[in-house]
Amino acid sequence: MTCKEFLALLDDMIDGSVSPEMRDELHKHLDHCGHCKVTLDTTRKTIEIYRSHEIYDIPDSLREQLHTAIMTRCKKGC
Amino acid sequence: MAIIEPVVEELDQHPDVALVERVRGGDVSAYDALVRKYERQVFRIALHITQNREDAEDVTQDAFLKAYQKLDQFRGNSKFYTWLVRIAVNESLMRLRKRRTGKMVSIDEDIATDEGSVPRDLADWAPNPEQNYNQSELAEILRKTIQGLPQGFRVVFVLRDVEGLSTEETAETLNLSIPAVKSRLLRARLQLRERLSRYFHRTKGIEK
Repeated sequence: MTCKEFLALLDDMIDGSVSPEMRDELHKHLDHCGHCKVTLDTTRKTIEIYRSHEIYDIPDSLREQLHTAIMTRCKKGC
Repeated sequence: MAIIEPVVEELDQHPDVALVERVRGGDVSAYDALVRKYERQVFRIALHITQNREDAEDVTQDAFLKAYQKLDQFRGNSKFYTWLVRIAVNESLMRLRKRRTGKMVSIDEDIATDEGSVPRDLADWAPNPEQNYNQSELAEILRKTIQGLPQGFRVVFVLRDVEGLSTEETAETLNLSIPAVKSRLLRARLQLRERLSRYFHRTKGIEK
């Protein structure tokens, strides 16, 4: 397996949607390719960081304001 | 005589379906529950696309109002949330268009064609690299990094990886094919990874 072929399956590997046979092939490639190992690990970490850190949270006060505005307009029939 | 109860066919029904039915029956409080459930996500998605807090507030309101008005058109073959996100994405793009004085805006813009290229940056990251920054520094890094992605990649990454939609739901929401979603997701993930490497690579703690 080449690095390019590995990369084409990177997302499927991260998302756990590869067959057991293919997973074995991917792991074989990783055993001797530091480049792809780093790519896999750091890509996984990238996703995890974005999932676990809320960068655009809505403050409670704004959320309440928005909520009230939405429901007021809905009750009026918009 | 034993009374045979009808078989309940809706055991695995998504809880939103019952709320939507109640709203259709005129129960506005059920819509209140749906708004409360999804307002955070809709606001975040709108802010990711518009990159402007005021626009995101307007989009959040407009998306929920539009969904309320069009609830009769919701067929239930997709989740209410996916349907709502689709409305929010369209409202966000319309808002961008207004800001750019009528110029067409689509999620396809700024898409580079570097399909299949192998990342060049090999830098490994420090273990738990985010711990080298405080919360506000880290949030700023993450915001700056994701804002630098082309729109078409950013939206796919946000829906799929941040908000947890499936590949199929993301495709449906953005009106893209599944291969297009997969291709954009891969490139978004790799570009973000490469950009974050500037902050998270292994030698950072030593250099400091």
